[in-house]
Amino acid sequence: MRTVSWKERVDNNIPIREEMAGHEDNRHESYLKAVAKQFMKHKLAVAGLVLFVLLILMAAFAPLLAPYDPNMIQDEFSAPPSAQHWLGTDQVGRDVLSRLIYASRVSLSIGLGSVAIYVAIGTVVGAVAGYYGGKVDMIINRIMDIFMSFPYLMVILVLVTIIGPGLFNIVLVLGLLGWPAVARLVRGSVLSIKQTEYVKAAQALGLSKRQIIFQEIMPNAMGPLLVNATFGAATAILSESSLSFLGMGVQPPTASWGNMLTAAQSITTLQSEPWLWIPSGLMIVITVLVINFVGDGIRDALDPKRR
Amino acid sequence: MFSYTMRRLLIAVPVLIGVTFLNFFIIYLAPGDPADLYANPDLSEADKLQRREALGLNDPLLLQYVKWLGQLLTGNLGISFNSFQPVSQMLAERLGATLLLMGTALIIAYLIAIPLGIISAIRQYSWLDYVVSTGSFLGVSVPGFFLGLGVIYLFGVTLGVLPTGGMNTIGREGDFLDTLKHLVLPAFTLGASIAGGMVRYVRSSVIEVLNQDYLRTARAKGLPEWKVINKHTLKNALIPIITVAGMDIPMLIGGAVVTETVFQWSGMGQLTIQAILSRDYPVLMGINLVAAVAVLISNLWADLMYAFVDPRIKYN
Repeated sequence: MRTVSWKERVDNNIPIREEMAGHEDNRHESYLKAVAKQFMKHKLAVAGLVLFVLLILMAAFAPLLAPYDPNMIQDEFSAPPSAQHWLGTDQVGRDVLSRLIYASRVSLSIGLGSVAIYVAIGTVVGAVAGYYGGKVDMIINRIMDIFMSFPYLMVILVLVTIIGPGLFNIVLVLGLLGWPAVARLVRGSVLSIKQTEYVKAAQALGLSKRQIIFQEIMPNAMGPLLVNATFGAATAILSESSLSFLGMGVQPPTASWGNMLTAAQSITTLQSEPWLWIPSGLMIVITVLVINFVGDGIRDALDPKRR
Repeated sequence: MFSYTMRRLLIAVPVLIGVTFLNFFIIYLAPGDPADLYANPDLSEADKLQRREALGLNDPLLLQYVKWLGQLLTGNLGISFNSFQPVSQMLAERLGATLLLMGTALIIAYLIAIPLGIISAIRQYSWLDYVVSTGSFLGVSVPGFFLGLGVIYLFGVTLGVLPTGGMNTIGREGDFLDTLKHLVLPAFTLGASIAGGMVRYVRSSVIEVLNQDYLRTARAKGLPEWKVINKHTLKNALIPIITVAGMDIPMLIGGAVVTETVFQWSGMGQLTIQAILSRDYPVLMGINLVAAVAVLISNLWADLMYAFVDPRIKYN
């Protein structure tokens, strides 16, 4: 940006505010650019992002990509990989590759859906606790203690058995149980940002508490929240796969990578029909891994010490 | 310190009541009538009503909860709807197996995570650090059951060197060496699945100490590097690592459910799945109670250890 001398400004009648405003915009842009630049340096994160986009495309275009209907019995059962069925067929004769492709929809919906729910709840609860403090904060903290004392997977198992397994219910249960970690994080950010000069200025200007929380404080707490949400999506996908593997998650005939692995609990399948369980297991690992790499990249990029 | 401990214990009581009540409420809402499950299908409506009355299922929610809580104080967790055994006895039978599995897994996790975390912190941004960090991401991204199936496939089926499941070879019950052989694969699976996260924790803890001023002082006064690392860094970096075990307990409990299912390890995790499938509410309540107490105790232990080993932290 061109520096404007004081004399020049007076001579040409350049208002100070305009220059300041332009300066602000410029800085904002360069911040995002710096973050993006730092992210691009993290090769694994970039590779992860590319693969993640490919996974989303695979889920979106599953009907075009899958060679067969994932739920229809096509051929003889437990057939090994062949030219017709690249990854063979499962115990009832469905095409494994098609099921693998369709199952990406399940995993991605779980990741996005449950995280969206618990980030929304956690943000509101955490912001309220941090901003108001006092008794409100104490009560919310005790409730968070109760939620965090639940052994996570056990409670999910019990809840899912009661409200019934299935994609929607799992999104709901994971979403309703995941918020305390986000609330803790947001509460911490709000507590530290609350003390800054600009929030005090906003208070002095008479902004409402809601405006201060959501317009002044939250934008500055977004970074850690984004990192947490990314890792949270990976964890949610892992939880769903465990539940489906145990038979309490997404129910057949709907394909999920987790329930495709259930068959491998029989030693015969494990030993002589590896195409039934290794591909879906690898898909879980790859998906969770790339999301974790992206999260790591975002965390590094937002870390001021790394820039 | 003593008053802090007492206060933390007192705070744990309402939390525990909250946890058990929520648990009780959730299970109370459950559809399906346990009186149907093991009763003879030809049983008349009147008989069934009597059954429900006998099991206390007709009482209002709060009364059922208070009754359960009162019984709890006398050490009675109720009778299993399924096997008609006392729940406390069933849990006691299973607890040992689960503790053995979780304890061994925790030790394995420490043995993997501490050396790797320290090395990658000392050689920060080197290729070694890169490999360890990437590996730790792989560790947290592999689902426990897939790792379990993988090691069964490799060591149990293909190489045939270790048993594929169970706790004992038939006919060799009570033989501890035999149990140890059965323990290797499940303990490794569970340990490896929490080691990934632990490596990152150890690494960042060591890096934080490496940036402290007193290390610069130690170097400035001419101490050899190995002494700086061994005497000044590791001692201080290991403080938070001791306490991290407390935070890993909930993860271990969840992981145990999956691991015990894959390896048919007859511990509390396997009992959980059986109780869920047969809607055995008293058993589920008991398991959740034990798990919640374990989580509360481990959190408390982590906080206290933290204060105990690090004099900079003062609680009041």
